[in-house]
Amino acid sequence: MSQQAHAEPIAPRGRPASKPESRGRAVRAVLVGIALFYVLVLIVAPLAGIMYYGLRNGVGPITDTFSQPDVRHALYLTVLIMLITVVVTTVLGLVVAFVLARDRFPGKSLLSAFVNLPLAVSPVVVGLMAILLFGRGGWFEPFFSAQGIQIVFALPSMVIVTIFISIPFVIREVVPLLEELGMDEEQAAWTLGASRLQTFLRITLPNIRWGLFYGMALSAARAIGEVGAVLVVSGQVQGRTETATLYILRAFDQYQAERGYIVALTLAAFSIVLLIGIEAFRRRSLKRAGQE
Amino acid sequence: MAIGVHNVSKRFGDFVALDDVSLAIPTGSLTVLLGPSGSGKSTLLRVIAGLEQPDSGEVAIAETDATALPPQKRGVGFVFQHYASFKRMTVRDNIAFGMKIQKRSKNEIRARVDELLELVQLQGLAGRYPSQLSGGQRQRMALARALAVQPKVLLLDEPFGALDARVRKELRAWLRRLHDEVHVTTVLVTHDQEEAMEVADRIAVVNQGRIEQYGKPRDLYEHPATEFVMTFVGPVTRFGEAYIRPHDLEVELQPSARYEEATVEKVVHLGFEVRVELALSEGERLEAQLTKREAERLELLEGQRVFVRPSRLTEVEEDAPGARVAS
Repeated sequence: MSQQAHAEPIAPRGRPASKPESRGRAVRAVLVGIALFYVLVLIVAPLAGIMYYGLRNGVGPITDTFSQPDVRHALYLTVLIMLITVVVTTVLGLVVAFVLARDRFPGKSLLSAFVNLPLAVSPVVVGLMAILLFGRGGWFEPFFSAQGIQIVFALPSMVIVTIFISIPFVIREVVPLLEELGMDEEQAAWTLGASRLQTFLRITLPNIRWGLFYGMALSAARAIGEVGAVLVVSGQVQGRTETATLYILRAFDQYQAERGYIVALTLAAFSIVLLIGIEAFRRRSLKRAGQE
Repeated sequence: MAIGVHNVSKRFGDFVALDDVSLAIPTGSLTVLLGPSGSGKSTLLRVIAGLEQPDSGEVAIAETDATALPPQKRGVGFVFQHYASFKRMTVRDNIAFGMKIQKRSKNEIRARVDELLELVQLQGLAGRYPSQLSGGQRQRMALARALAVQPKVLLLDEPFGALDARVRKELRAWLRRLHDEVHVTTVLVTHDQEEAMEVADRIAVVNQGRIEQYGKPRDLYEHPATEFVMTFVGPVTRFGEAYIRPHDLEVELQPSARYEEATVEKVVHLGFEVRVELALSEGERLEAQLTKREAERLELLEGQRVFVRPSRLTEVEEDAPGARVAS
């Protein structure tokens, strides 16, 4: 006669958390709380503040602000500099990224360090460097003044310094991608008859697409937010060499706070759009990388 | 001659990858470059493909000097160890790539891709992406892609190295059948001696940047030109001064003329064959390979005293067929 052994329950009951587990959960909750607090206080609150001060008097001040020639010119200048910067840093960045990722040559680590230099140097210092090089008595000044081109206290120097501070972003995104991708696909394309250009356009570029866009978006965001270097080289001539950020500085200085807030809000809105783009690109880039 | 390599040398910094290498590969054959890691076999393959530039020497493909030609113009198909699939394209687009570059008509491309899909048995997977395929499937796609543009020469760089053992064996046999059907001159690089023996019409054994022997598999096995070839192309065990094949070692229970005394250290049953590890009276270690029947007949036990003799000594012959590299 067989005995029925004491049967275990088929679905195990949930057991209460052990001491170390609940302690771990508490720690995590605190850390998440700190992170949320940081984001709220340092990012969301100021943004909300700008929105409040800019929009509280309705549409009137907004149309008034955008009708100011200074404001229009400042925004135009910001967008122009940003576009030139993105184009130049993308093309230049791709070239440098390929050289860094693929070639072997003496001095390579030096080049790599130089690429990161703009991140380490204060933008004000960058502006001063530009003045030293292109301003009166500077190394390059005689050449340009002979051509009749004004560099400092004019658009060219503003573009130059903005490009300089934006250089690292595309390169830093693309180099690891190229290194990880390796040359197998490209070499396979060559053996199938594709020229280097065809291979670059059909194989390489699509493979680095999202990382490249991510770098370009970062570059654009950095360019429109630039203050220090542009402040130094532009001479801040309103209506001529004043970017949106410089306009905001002046607006607060000259007791036109509301206009300042509105322009700041415009920049913030643009940055948020870029941010959403950046995040979307980053997700796609990571997703592709995991899709091996 | 489909491929002619003449006095090719290549170094990477201080490392000599290829040292004055010459080789002539007949049209329509399947040649295997066999050697250990770092022997230079992959470098040689890539030099033939134009993916590496030699420091000196020439490469000829289909009787034309190809040394100055880039890979695009050499008419070579190349299959990589890690597939090199175009990740962003479907299987169909991968295979069609070369033909699209050649600007063939859409109909022609479609027909040829369908033909190749059938050849490599990937019908029905044309719309998939490489990440949705198994390793074996990706490699078959790579083969179809390389064959699509009708290369003069097909080069495979350890094509089955990244696959697991069973798939490797299947694809190996499949490749041999494919070659018999399609007859493209093929060169395959591997470090797997068994793979080489199974697949090749001819084997070139590569060691430290040099070709030690180039010939038919059987010639390499039975008449090795150097000690390295002998030890690499088949199992060996030392008997005194010479190397012999373990299956050429006879084991008996009774002493007899020219037999040496030995003690059984271990008996390993490997399915159809039995490996017997022995120690001679001076302590030297030997390995004998017996068939299951022989082993059963002898009923060997560990510690048992037996008598061994080589049934034949495979001597390393400097004048072995294929020992001098054909030119």
